[in-house]
Parts: sequence; structure tokens; C-alpha cells
Amino acid sequence: MIKRILLAQPIWLFVLACLLIFSLSADHFFDLRNFANILIQTSTIGLIALGMTFVMINGNIDLSVGAVLALAASLAVGLQDALGIPLAVLVALGAGVALGALNGVIVWKTGVDAFIVTLGAMIGVRGLVFVYTGEQSFYASNFAYSDFGASSIGPIPTLAFIFLAATLIMHFILRNTIHGRNTYAVGGNREAALNAGIRVGPHMVINFMIVGFLAALAGITMSTQMGASTPNMGRDFELWTITAVVLGGTRLTGGAGSIIGTLGGVLAIGILRNGMNLLQVPSFYVLVIMGTILITVLFIDKQLSRNSTEELNV
Amino acid sequence: MTSSNLAASEQAQSEQQPILQLEGITKTFPAVVALSDVNFGVHIGEVHALLGENGAGKSTLMKVLAGVHQPNEGHIYLEGEKVEMHSPMDAKHKGVVLVHQELSLVPDLSVAENIFLGSLPHKSLGRVDWKKLYADTDVILKRLKCNFNPHDRVAELTTAKKQMVEIARALAFTPKVVIFDEPTASLTDTEKVVLFEVINDLRDQGVGMVYISHRMDEIFTLSDRLTVLRDGEYRGTLITADTNEDEVTQLMIGRSLEDRGQKVTPELGEVALDVKNLSCPGLFKDISFQIREKEVVGMYGLVGAGRTAIAETLFGLRTPSAGEIYLSGKKVTLNYPSDAIELGVALVPESRKEQGLVLDMNCKDNTTLPQLDELDNKVGWLNRKDELAIFNKYQELLSIKTPSWAQRVGNLSGGNQQKIVIGKWLSMHPKVLMLDEPTRGIDVGSKAEIHRLIRELAASGYAVLVISSEMPEVLGVSDRIIALYEGEYRGEFSGDTLTEDHLVQAITG
Repeated sequence: MIKRILLAQPIWLFVLACLLIFSLSADHFFDLRNFANILIQTSTIGLIALGMTFVMINGNIDLSVGAVLALAASLAVGLQDALGIPLAVLVALGAGVALGALNGVIVWKTGVDAFIVTLGAMIGVRGLVFVYTGEQSFYASNFAYSDFGASSIGPIPTLAFIFLAATLIMHFILRNTIHGRNTYAVGGNREAALNAGIRVGPHMVINFMIVGFLAALAGITMSTQMGASTPNMGRDFELWTITAVVLGGTRLTGGAGSIIGTLGGVLAIGILRNGMNLLQVPSFYVLVIMGTILITVLFIDKQLSRNSTEELNV
Repeated sequence: MTSSNLAASEQAQSEQQPILQLEGITKTFPAVVALSDVNFGVHIGEVHALLGENGAGKSTLMKVLAGVHQPNEGHIYLEGEKVEMHSPMDAKHKGVVLVHQELSLVPDLSVAENIFLGSLPHKSLGRVDWKKLYADTDVILKRLKCNFNPHDRVAELTTAKKQMVEIARALAFTPKVVIFDEPTASLTDTEKVVLFEVINDLRDQGVGMVYISHRMDEIFTLSDRLTVLRDGEYRGTLITADTNEDEVTQLMIGRSLEDRGQKVTPELGEVALDVKNLSCPGLFKDISFQIREKEVVGMYGLVGAGRTAIAETLFGLRTPSAGEIYLSGKKVTLNYPSDAIELGVALVPESRKEQGLVLDMNCKDNTTLPQLDELDNKVGWLNRKDELAIFNKYQELLSIKTPSWAQRVGNLSGGNQQKIVIGKWLSMHPKVLMLDEPTRGIDVGSKAEIHRLIRELAASGYAVLVISSEMPEVLGVSDRIIALYEGEYRGEFSGDTLTEDHLVQAITG
């Protein structure tokens, strides 16, 4: 059973290897507090990656998640004096869902590639963030907001708990609901899905709304950690998210992937960053190493799943 | 068609209870009339065969019936009521299901998920009812005597098993009318027997069925009536028991089959291509054959027989695990297509739109694509004059119909597109010309022209290999036919042994 999972999810082998290597080489790595730390650090990218997995299995991509994160964080912090925390958070989440729906509807109705549509949204939404904030950072005046980011449920930090709970829920939706199955079908063979009477458009819109919601949620959790929001939050997050999802075995062209894999991809990035940080590897080298690892892991994956009857000499 | 037959069929129609009736169906696509005033009906518990050459309009008619296309004119009556089929799902809900010829499955989902695609059984909150899904699938698979599991991933099944999944999918909805479009094209004999049993069961249950096939024996075993289409027009409906193959063939092609082979086999030249014991794991094994100059050799087999893979190997797209290739008596190694092109081997690929042409480029640029190296003037500029000269030469030779060399290839008709691909390769002066499904998706008129062209090219000295899944095509165009089954060589036929019966026997399990 465990062997089967490892074979189907090679990223988990990598995660285990990293755990082993860093435990032996870095002094403070194998420590419950450090693990909780890794979970908190990865929860932001992790939350978005869960939604991105849906969108990518569906055969689309969303590049606007980083900008949506910044907008949601700015709204949640900026509006809380006027509206109170709960309402401000709701508005922030609503903005995420609405922008996701907008992305989805444009992709559905115009037929323009999701890459282009969300690239436009990424630029445009970031612009909105600057318009709304006037290029200013906002600080949460109510300490309850930042206390939430530092709180724990029993031994587990609240933010880590939120991420793990979201992972479970998303896993269940993808595996066990009609929407989840149809997400695979549309990404795997759009023509066949249409022929079978599946409404391709609405499923795509729902997935964009899900990733919008999760990006907004990530913006809120991140701002509770910082007790503030900045207009430049979440830059490059779309790239890290896609990296994590692809490391987790989701196919760029859609039709295959899993939440378990994405969790592995997110943890792999988190553990690498944390471990190398503890080993005091300069941060620029960390980037070089991460880029190399991404290509290597995908190369190995390609070799493992090689199908000689489909390959031509090029 | 004789008048007594006509009368008989009309009489039978009045006795039987029709479940489905199509009247005066006309369907036009931009620039093409695909169907013109076609009538077609199915009775309760009847198998009604639909025949016609490729491009005759069979598939279009069935797509109209299954809601894929909307007709421009004409009406559909289901159980006496006028209906409109808005989409495949709509047709399915009304009880009309189409078993696709092209596999329309999602590779990464399980067998059960594919069978119930679009209508998964569910519990509250949109949760899939897995227990019911797998139990229901089990029942259907048992009925079809399939030896695979509902949990199996479709990508891992053989083509034949995938075809059975398609059929299972149609039966999942207790249908009123089932359309089988070439259902046996990739089935083995045992699976065929099971399918025929299922069809007979359905007949007893009063389901109406439309059966499209090229295989006369199947049509005469299974069907109660048959309707023939030619060039999108209705050619008549016959009662199967009252007719014979000759009469049907004549209706289909407008002349009898004997007239087709007008070929004269010329004096053959030297051996141009000699293949010895060629193998490629999982695709084909131990294949040996020769082609001489001025000779057309046909390669015939079902989907998955390894025909395309052999051509790809000879073109350097695949590396064989064993065996030798000789060109004009010299042993060669083909690692990449560039090696093959240099040594005089050309491949006109199976799907011209995906593999053969750059649709957005113009006619001239497509023609000169493989030899740009030779056309540049050492600084990297292309010599337009030389380019045009090449295009003009082959436009004339192949009589390619295009308003100008600057026309976008995507705007040409299928036949002319195919000629551009052929011209492209001829301009490379090959010795061996391989054509994979040279007339797929080409209308009947241009088809005959391509066939004639192939004969002419051979006569002028090329060694030609024609791969085709159309029996009349290989029979009509080849001097010799090599039969394949699941990657194995199943014999070579020429002269007296070159008959339909021999071929069918050779390419089935």
C-alpha cells in the first residue's frame, strides 16, 4: 500500500528524502516546533495550490492568484476599522470569489486561453490594489486580528490547522463529488466530456471561484501573520504555486493530478526552504537549487512514466 | 434497385411499427452539401444497416440523429412524435444513443466513470455514489461478457476493450434507438460474437438499431433492412433477405466492383526497399517485405495492427529493436527523419491537418518546407524565385487547384491539401514514397484522382507503399497487399489470391 502510494506520488519520496537529509545535517530541523513553523510558512502557498490543482486538472491555469491575495489582504485590513473584522474578512473573501468568477466566465464565454485571461487579471488586479491602497501598507489596529495569526488549537498553530482542514476538504471534493470527477473529465478529454453532456463552462467557473476564494483566504491568513498588508504582497506567488502543483504530479495540460500530490509538492518546497535556511545557505543559492530540483524531479517523473510506443525520435 | 424490391420494402414498412423516422434531411456545411433530402427509418426491434462509401454521408446522418449536428431541412420523428435533437445529451435523454467510432473516452478515469460520464449516480451534496456506480457497471460489463474490471483505468485498456467500454456506455441508459458506427472495426472475433449476441438481445427487447459497417458479411448476418447513401444522397432501402452483395455494391459505388481495378501492372524495376525481420517492442515484430520501383504495395490491417508504426520506423521516427532496412541494396540506419529524407524515403502522414501541413502557411511555403536548407543563398535569405518555381512545377504535375500560391493551405479542400503534402515530398526526389491513409476525409471525386495519381507516380518509377483501412482503396490501388494483425505479418496477397475474403481472414484474429 505505502509502496504503491510512493510510486504513484514520487514527490513524497523526495519529501521523505529531504526530511532524512535535513534531520541529519541541520541541528534544529527535527523539532516539533520547526515542523509547525514549516506548516505555517507553507500554508499561504499551500492554500492557493489546493485551488490551483483544481483549475489545472480542469485544463486551465490562474496567474492572478498573487494579485488577488494582495487585494484580499488589503481589503481585510483596510476595511476592518470601518466594518469590523468579521465583515471585512467576508468582503475580502467575496472579492476573491467574484474575481475568480469573472476569470472563469471570461474564459468560458470568450474562449480566450486561461493563460492570457488570467495574465491580464494579474496585471489589472495588482493595479486595483495600488488604486485602493494608494501604494500604502495598512496596519491592523485591532490586535485580535494579528493574535489570530499567532494562535494555536492545542499544539497545532491555527493557520496550519486551516491549511490541513482545507486540504482534507479539497481532497474529498476532488475524489468524491460529481464536480470533482467532471473536473478530471473536462481536462482529460474535453470533446468526450461535451459529448457526454457535461456542462464544461460552469465547472470551469466553479474552479476559478474556488481558487479565487482560497487565494483570498491565503491573503487573509498572511496578513494576520504580519498584522498588516502591503500592496506588493503575493508577488511571484502564482509561480511558486504552479511549481508546487506541478511537482505534485498534476499535468500541465489537465486531466490528471491529485491533492495528495500537491500537498507533497507544497511540503517539498517548504522543507527545502526551511532546511537550507537552517544550514545557512545564502538565499540566492536557494533559488538556484529550487529551480534545478523542479526540472530534475519532472525529468525523473517523465522517465518513470515513459511509454515507448508513443515516443518518436525528434 | 428492382421495382419488386421497392414494393416489398414499402409493404414491410407498413406492417412494422416505426420507432424512428427521418424525413427529407438536408445538411450543408460551408461549401459542401453533406446530406441532401435523405429519408431513413427504424422499426421496433429492427437492425437497419446504413451503407455507403466514406464521405457518402453516413456519419453526418447519424450525427444529425444523435444531436451533434442540426439539420438545415427535414424532420425527425421519434415514436410518431416530431422531435428536435439539440445536443447529444438531449438525444440520449430522448432515448437515442450513438456508439462512437472514434473513441470518445477520458483516458485517466476508470471504466465505470467513463460509462457513466456526465450522469454519475450521486447522493446528497453532490457526492458520487461509488457503490451504485460500480455495481451498475458490473452488471453492464457482465452482460457484455467483458473480462475487465470497473475500476481499471481506461488508458491501460487495449483498443478493443475501449471499444467495448463505448458500447457499454450506450447500454447504460435503457435506450430506444442505438446507433453503432463501425463497432467491430477494432474487435477480435470472440468480442464480435459477444457484440452480435448483445445486438440480438436488444432486438428481442424491441430496441431499434442502426448499424454502420463496411463489412458485407456482418451486414448480411445482422440486418433486417439496409439503406444505401451515395455522395450525400438517398439511394434506396432494401430488405436484406431479398438482396445480395452485388446489388448493394452497385448501389453504393454506382458501378460494380470489377470495374474498379483498371490498373495495368507495369514492368517492375529494381528492389527499392527491402525490410528484413523488423521489430519494435509492443508495436510490431518480425516484419519482412520488399517494394520494387514502379510497384504499389498496400498495407492492410485493423487499427492497432502496427501499420503506422512500421511506416514511422522506415521514416526514422522510431528506432527498431531488431531487423535491417536496405535501400537500393544498401543497408541503412535511420535515426531521425532527416536521415530518411536524405536517403530518399518520404512519408505522407496519416492526419494531414495535424502532421502534414502548417495550415496557416500558404501553399508555396508548405511545399518548400523540407528543403529550405537548399534554397537559401548562403547568407540565410530564401530565394523566392526558386521557391515559386518548385511550387509551380508540382502544382502543374499534381493539378493542385488553388487561386494562387499565396492561398492559405487551411482554405483548400481536403483533396488539394493532400496533393500539397504529396507535392512537398515529391520535390525532395524520393525513391520510396509512403502514404498513410492517403484519402482519409477526402470526398469521393478527389479520392479517385488521388488513386490515379498514386498509380501514375508508381508508373513513373517510385516505389510506393500505401497504408489504408479501406478495403476498396487497397484493393483498387495496390499490386500487392501485405496483411497485418496486431503487429504480426499475416501474409502477402497478389494476383489470384488478392480477394476481399482472403484479406478479411488475414487481418482478424
